[in-house]
Parts: sequence; C-alpha cells; structure tokens
Amino acid sequence: MADTLKTITGNRGLRLEEPLIFEQGRPGRLGVDLATPANTANRLGGNDRKGPIGLPDLSEPQTVRHYTRISQKNYGIDSGFYPLGSCTMKHNPRLNEKLARLPGFASLHPLQPMSTVQGALELIDACAHWLKVITGMPAVAMSPAAGAQGELCGMMAIRAALVDRGDARKRVLVPESAHGTNPATAAACGYAVDSIPANDRGRVDFDALIAKLDSDVAGIMLTNPNTCGLFENDIIRIADAVHEAGAFFYCDGANLNAIMGNVRPGDLGIDCMHINLHKTFSTPHGGGGPGAGPVVLSESLAAYAPVPFVVHGENGFDLVEHQQGAGEKSFGRLKGFQGQMGMFIRALAYMMSHGSDGLAQASADAILNANYLLAELKDTLSPSFDGPCMHECLFDDSFLKDTDVSTLDFAKAMIDEGFHPMTMYFPLVVHGALLMEPTESESKETLDQYIHALKGLTAMAKAGEADHFHQAPRLTPWRRLDETTAARNPILRWTPPESDVQATD
Amino acid sequence: MPPNTPTTSLAWNNSKNKVAKTMRYLPLTDDDRRQMLAAIGVEDLKDLYRDVPPDALLSGPVDLPAHQGEIEVERAISAMAAKNLNAAAAPSFLGAGAYRHHVPATVDAMIQRGEFLTAYTPYQPEVSQGTLQYLFEFQTQVALITGMEVANASMYDGATAAAEAVMMAGRVAKRKKAILSGGLHPHYRDATQTIAGFHGMTLDVAPPDWKGEEDLIRSIDDETACVVVQNPGFFGHVRDLTPLADACHAAGALLVVVVTEVVSLGALTAPGDMGADIVAAEGQSIGNALNYGGPTVGLFAVRQKHLRQMPGRVCGQTADIDGKRGFVLTLSTREQHIRREKATSNICTNSGLCALAFNVHMTLLGETGFRQLAALNHAKACTLADKLDAVDEVQVLNDTFFNEFTISLNKPAAGVVDDLAALGILGGVPVSRLYADGGQMENLLLVAATETTTEDDMDALVRSLSEVL
Amino acid sequence: MSVKYTREHEWIVVEEDVATVGISKYAQEQLGDVVFVEVPDAGKKVALGEEAAVVESVKAASEIYAPLSGTVTAGNPALEDEPATINSDAEGDGWIFKMTIDDTSELDDLMDAAEYADYVAGLE
Repeated sequence: MADTLKTITGNRGLRLEEPLIFEQGRPGRLGVDLATPANTANRLGGNDRKGPIGLPDLSEPQTVRHYTRISQKNYGIDSGFYPLGSCTMKHNPRLNEKLARLPGFASLHPLQPMSTVQGALELIDACAHWLKVITGMPAVAMSPAAGAQGELCGMMAIRAALVDRGDARKRVLVPESAHGTNPATAAACGYAVDSIPANDRGRVDFDALIAKLDSDVAGIMLTNPNTCGLFENDIIRIADAVHEAGAFFYCDGANLNAIMGNVRPGDLGIDCMHINLHKTFSTPHGGGGPGAGPVVLSESLAAYAPVPFVVHGENGFDLVEHQQGAGEKSFGRLKGFQGQMGMFIRALAYMMSHGSDGLAQASADAILNANYLLAELKDTLSPSFDGPCMHECLFDDSFLKDTDVSTLDFAKAMIDEGFHPMTMYFPLVVHGALLMEPTESESKETLDQYIHALKGLTAMAKAGEADHFHQAPRLTPWRRLDETTAARNPILRWTPPESDVQATD
Repeated sequence: MPPNTPTTSLAWNNSKNKVAKTMRYLPLTDDDRRQMLAAIGVEDLKDLYRDVPPDALLSGPVDLPAHQGEIEVERAISAMAAKNLNAAAAPSFLGAGAYRHHVPATVDAMIQRGEFLTAYTPYQPEVSQGTLQYLFEFQTQVALITGMEVANASMYDGATAAAEAVMMAGRVAKRKKAILSGGLHPHYRDATQTIAGFHGMTLDVAPPDWKGEEDLIRSIDDETACVVVQNPGFFGHVRDLTPLADACHAAGALLVVVVTEVVSLGALTAPGDMGADIVAAEGQSIGNALNYGGPTVGLFAVRQKHLRQMPGRVCGQTADIDGKRGFVLTLSTREQHIRREKATSNICTNSGLCALAFNVHMTLLGETGFRQLAALNHAKACTLADKLDAVDEVQVLNDTFFNEFTISLNKPAAGVVDDLAALGILGGVPVSRLYADGGQMENLLLVAATETTTEDDMDALVRSLSEVL
Repeated sequence: MSVKYTREHEWIVVEEDVATVGISKYAQEQLGDVVFVEVPDAGKKVALGEEAAVVESVKAASEIYAPLSGTVTAGNPALEDEPATINSDAEGDGWIFKMTIDDTSELDDLMDAAEYADYVAGLE
C-alpha cells in the first residue's frame, strides 16, 4: 500500500517535513541587507547588550520555504468547510486585504496631526455608521481590540453609568449556556455572577430570571441568538423587566450573523452589544487573531464610552482622546491608540460590498444553510432542540450511546473526511455537544457532501466500528497529540540540545 | 408563482433597489434555496424566523446603500485613503509607541497565505500544526530577546499587556498596589488604570519624568505588588534597572518592564538580565506596518516559576501517538472558556497573524540582522540629535536614548507640528498630545529616527524647523 | 474512623485530631488526566465549604472545598511532581491536604461510603 511506503528523507511527496527555525540557523546567513551605520556614536548610557541573544540566522529562501511548508499543515476556510459553531467561519474576501494595505492607510502613524489623517477618521466614522444602522443603535465604541475586550467595554460602561447615578450594584445575571468570557468579564469588572438556568426549550428560563432580578443586579448578559442557535423568544419581555429593575441589558453579539439586516438588536431593547468583526463581518481569523470588538451603545450608556472616539469638529473630523470635554464621563482608555484600524477597513469593504440588501440575504442564507443541516441530520444525529434553529444547529451525543464513540472521536474521524470538525463540548448545557454553523459562504454541494459523510460515519459507529474512530485521524500529517503531557510538563520554548551547549563551552 | 412553491426571496423585506439574487460572496442559487426549503419542510423563508417577535422582523432593508461591486467599493475606500498624508511618503519622525520601520516584502507574502490567514484558533491540533509551530517559535523568540524564561502566544497590544502584567503581579504577590513610572507611555498608564483599576488594583502614578531623573525605589513598601517602568522610557531615556529590580525583590514586589520599541532589544541589555519579573512589550516594530495604530501585537514574558499565573494563550511541545514531535495549546484551564469567572483574565484572542508577521520578520533578521538593525537605528538617532542640537531654538534633553528622544522648543510643540505638516513633514509627536494636563510640557516634542530615515529627511526637518520656530 | 464523603465528591478520614482530605475515585474519573494540583499552605484557616485547593486536568479545573472548618497542617508534597497520583490512587496516596478540625459535629452531616455510592449512582 502506498501509504506505508518508507521514504529516505521522511518527506512524503508534497507533504514535506519542516523543523523549527532554531534547528536551521547558521552564522553567516542573513535574510536582510541593511546599510552600514554612518557613525559609531553611542548614547546608550552603558546599557549595551552583552552576549548573544540566541536567535537563528536564516537566508530569505530558507525563510520562505519554512513558512510555506508549515502553512501547508494548516486547514483554513480557504481549504474547506469549517462549521465551527458561534465562530462564523465565512469567506474572507481578498478585496479586504487589498484595501487594508493601501499606503494611505497602512503607512499612517496613529499620532499624526488631525489635518493629515482626515481620510482615516472618515473611514472609522463610516464603519461606525454602518454598524449603528445595522444594529439600530445610536452610538458605538470602536476601540476595543477583540470581542472579549468589547464585553469588558460594555460592562465597564454599565458600571460607570450606575456609579454615576449613585446606584452601584454588585451582581450580574448570566445564563448557564453563555460562553465563558461572559462570567469572566463580569468578574473582571468586580461583579458577582449569578447563573440562570435554561428551560427545556433551550432558552433562558424567564421565571428563574425574574426571581433573581432585584435592585442589586447591575445587568444581564445575554447572547441572542443564544449559544444553542436559538432565538430568545422572550427577549423583549426580558429587556423590559431588566430596565424596570433599573438594570442594563448587555447583549453578546457573537451570533449577529443570524439576524443582521433582518432584525435590529436595538429594537429588542438592548443597551449595549459587542460585535465581532472577525465573525460577522469577515475580517480574517488569522489563526487566532487579531480581532476587533466595537460595542454599540444606547443613549443611556453612550456618554461613558471609552476614549478615544471620532467626532465631527469645526475643521472636519477630530479625536477625543482624554477624559475631558466630550470625553468627560468616559470610563477611560482600553488600549493603545485608536483601535483596530486594519479591521475597520476590511469590515467596511465587506459591508459596502454586500449593501443592506446583500447583508440581509447573507444572513438569511446562513439561517437556511443551518436549517438544511438540521433537517437532513435530525434523524441521524440527535438534535438537542426542535427546529427551526437560527444560523447554527446543536446536537448532543445521545446518538452515539452504546457505540463507545465519543463526540471527540467522531470529530477526529471527520478530519480524515476532509472537514474541520464543528465546535465540540460547547455549550455546556447538553452532553457532548456538537454545534454546527455553516454560514452563508457554503454551497449546497458542500453541505450535501458533509451530510452524506456524517450519515456514513454515524452508520459506522452504530455498526460497532469504534476502532475506526479511536484511531482517527490517520491521514493528517500528525495523529492525535498528547495534551496531558503538554500540560503536566509544559515546554513552551525551544532550548538547544545538551550536546550543542557542550560543544560551545 | 405556482402555489406551494417555497418563497426564497426575502419577500417581507421588499427592496426598492434592484436586488440581484446573485452576489459574488453568496454561492446559493434560487434553485438551491427552493430545494432546501422543501427539504426543511417550510413554505416560506419567513417560517424560519417564527421565534422572532413579528414587530422586530424588518419589512425593508436598513437605510444603507445597496450592494456594490469591487470597482465601486475600491473607488470609495481609496478616496478616503487619498485624503491622508502617509508616513511613508513624507519625512517622518513620529514615535511615541509606534515606529516606522521597513517590513520586508516576504512578510506580507507569507501572512497572506490562505492557510495562515483564514485558519481559526488551533483547537484541532492535527490540522493546525502550521499555526502551532509558528506560535512555539514566536514564544521562543520573545523569550530570547527579552531575556526571560517563558513567553505567551501574544496579547492584543503593549498597553493591554501592561495592564495584564499589573494584574498578574497582584495575583503573584497577593498585594493590591502598583507603582507606575512617570516614564510609562500615557496610553499604557491609562489602559492599566482602566483595566487593572476595575479589577481592584490601586495605582500610584508618578509625575511625567521628561528629565529621566525619577527615583521610584523610595515609593516601594510592603503593600507594593509591582513597579512598572518603561525602558527606553517614554521620553527616550535608557537606564540600568538592576537597582530598582533589587529593591523590588527585597520588598517582595515584582518588577514589570515595558518596552514600546522592541528593536531596542537588539542593542540594549535585556530586561530579564536587569531583573525583570514580567516584560510587557509592543511588537509592532517587527513585521507590522503602522496601520494607524492597529492591529498590533503585545508581547508578554515571565519567569518560569510564575508560569501558571500568566494570562493569554500558550503553545506547548508534545508528541503524537506515533511519537512525532508536535505542538498544542496548553494550560488552557487558566483561561476563560474553562475557568469562567475564576479565569486569570477574560482574554480570548491573541494577535495571531501579527505574531506570525513578527516571526517572519525576526526570522529574516536573525541574530545578526536584529543587532545590525538596532545599531543602525541608534546611529541614525545620534546623527539626528546632533543636527537638531545645532539648531538655535532646539535643545535635546536626553543624555541617553535608543532611537527616540525629547527636544525642547521655544514655543508650543503642537503648533509647530501643524506648521511642519503644512510643509509636508511629519515632525514628531508633541508630548502635550498624550497628556490631558500637559501644561508645563507643551514645548516638548518627541522625535524618532529609524533605519528608514534618510539624511535628506533629517536635513528637511532641520530646515523646516528653522523656518517655523 | 471510617471514610466520609461530601456532595462535592471530597473524602475525609480522621485519625486522632488530624483529618486527611482528597477527591473520590468518581471525581478523578470525571476530571480526566490530572495535570496540576494547587495544594493549600500549612497554617491556612478554612471554613466549611470554602475553597481549599484546585485540581486541574486538561479539560477542567475543579475547586476543592474544605469539608469541615479548621486549619491546614500540610499539603501533599508528592502531588507537585506526580499529579497523576490522584488518578491512580485518589483515595489513598492521592490525598490532597491534612487539617485540624474545629467542630467534629460537622462530620455528622457527611455521607458514609454506602450513602455516597448511592448518591453517585443517582447522578449517572
């Protein structure tokens, strides 16, 4: 069989092994050609570095080959279907990349005089405008660096508003199904977290919520659609109750793709919501970042927004950078400079390309795709709730009962079939969760292939072929990796092998 | 339309504009949609929205322009770009935490590969060894240049890294007070006050240290969790932090060292070698264009013994079941998705692609190139300082600096910078821009030089200053 | 004295005045491979139900609560190098800490082995 062939180099055709850069460095190599300094003046105050740093020296061809080879070990949206629930792995348009790299943006220094950056401020303002209209909210804080920082921004605005009103409260209500960042954020703002259970329809238990809503509750953090992919039917009632108790409604906007263009969160009664530009608005995930997390705000919270923010001044656009004047009630600054400008450009290009009609269509297609998966898989897998779902569908592992195949095993077998697995074990409210979000970027052919594969895998599991799943994946460059040892004996950096060290002594 | 045919259009969302059923990012055809609705068993697309309160379902598209092609979008956004004076097209001396360096062409070519660009966080390691390998290399390089034992897989930026460092010091020392140097970048000071302040830390902020003379040792007591100092400082001064580190340790406190210009680490003693316990740095100078300040990449490095208190993502070495070396995200039980309200921080993302860019550039530089780059930056700054010192109305305040220093003018620097901009020169950052109460510093200007600064640029600045001062 | 259990899956054995505390076999099974244990320092005072230690596995981190009020006399030093002992011998060598007891009547509220076995059966 071809796949058991042993090669001399260890490479396997197009699958090329690639060591670490530290294992390829040799003195005398250089990947850059820099001019010689014109002088040898030294004003470092005697703090010159003594001794080597230990970085490897490589040439440019080696560098290109290194990163090219390791890139080929990665699966991306460009490679194939990536149905991670709540991550919204939609197509990342290359127009976004081109426009972000225009020299008129890419080479701008954040502290240039205002007269020299009017176009940049105009772009931030335009992006902000689109976000406000799509969400139906009057204000937006653009500076948070990522979704989690956006959550922090929202909760800090709430806290600032309550303190300003002389009514600092101590608790925040968070559904059990919430993503872990929600309670972590509430705790980071100094709040105690109270959990609200779900009802058997997967939504927040309204009565349980009301029972916990008193004058010590600063706010509620709700995701809508929720992490089970379901629209919270009671959301307007919830918003009313929360406001009556003098509290605020924070909405986690991770699932905005389900409703953009067709429903406005502002109409549902929210006070603030973070938006993940890297989810809903197609900015690339980049292997884990960077993201961007602008936060739309109601009138009651707008004044507390972080600095800096863009305003329309006498001579064009201006920045409010300090907690004075228009920024007097701001709760402060969250990060350096103005925020993730590169992501604003990309998101605006995406939004303008779609337009109001295209955004509505994209969102509707996302819902259609998810419901198609649910309909086609509901008799094969075990859906956790009755349909319809919104943009993602949730299954639990009861369909694997008595097969000795876990959700994890099933996911690893999907890898051999050429798919990135769906989200596993989240949300925590069902056992062995499988959360699938196809997005609008997938064709029906892709979905049909996926459905066919999952039906086949389920049949194999039920036919007792547990070993197929326990051994998976078998066709990837690496088999399953030992996460236990990695956590017990963390090795977080390369160190030269003993023999190398001795040789230089 | 024949009866019982599923309605695929957003019929309740009647657009007066011409809605193309085709849009270049949407693969579904109307045929597909019809088949899918039939498979789902609903009559109308609207049936899938039955959980949405009817009044909340919009009856028309929101008030924004309709979809546009690439030509139109490119034209509109390019028009905005054209209104800016970009720092690559003019003599530029701006620093203050963001530096104009040359990013080799290879960097962009690598980070634009779709397998890097469009990959998610590497939670399925078997199909993510590309990301995981570069994160491991990144962590190693960051540890090496900072002289520390271990680093994480990056933070959002230097300012949030500094805030997280203060909170970590609070956890390690089990104390609540942090002393912030007057040489700390004001954005870092502010972000730390906002984030760590909300978290219950008290912050003792020293007055702005443009003379480079502050003595923080006197302020350390047994309630101090950490002292946060920037080196080179915001005003450019370079110091030996060893005595400060010793004083911190003697009092049971930690030393947090901030670096806003990582190229300086190619020429200066590493913070770890001066006794730093935590290094929080901004990595933008390596691999990342200015991008009007974002996105950038924060670096975070600590001592091995404090590893479990370190926030953010971390990548570790392991092996697969065949014994092949590989990498995985590890120590994630500290993170929010598992610990929830007890997490070490609420951070989800690192700065992935920016960390990769840093890595690629660092690989091209290597030991030799990194040191050469640092030497070149310092040499340029020395030349610039000499030329500026020769201008009557200008006084260079620093005895020590790396590639940025403070000059004092004979009038408010903010106005001078505007005048220079009118002449097509980005002359530096007025200190008053970053301090709300900058009164006594209003004549101070921060000036930086890098490997991209030419002799002509410097002469143009000198000429123009002589004109406007 | 025979072993007693809490509803949070801790076990406790008292000999003379010193109680030894750990987590049950069932708990270690639920946690998976233990990678790290944060044991309390000697001298730490704990109230009944207060967090006393943390057991980390690859997929979860679990707080261990003091089953009684008292003062910690020692954490198990062997767990620093071999956290996996909790998996291999949760109710023996995998003990987590020892403590003195303020109020022995608090023991009466805990379950004995048979009651705990019933309790666990009810959870599955």
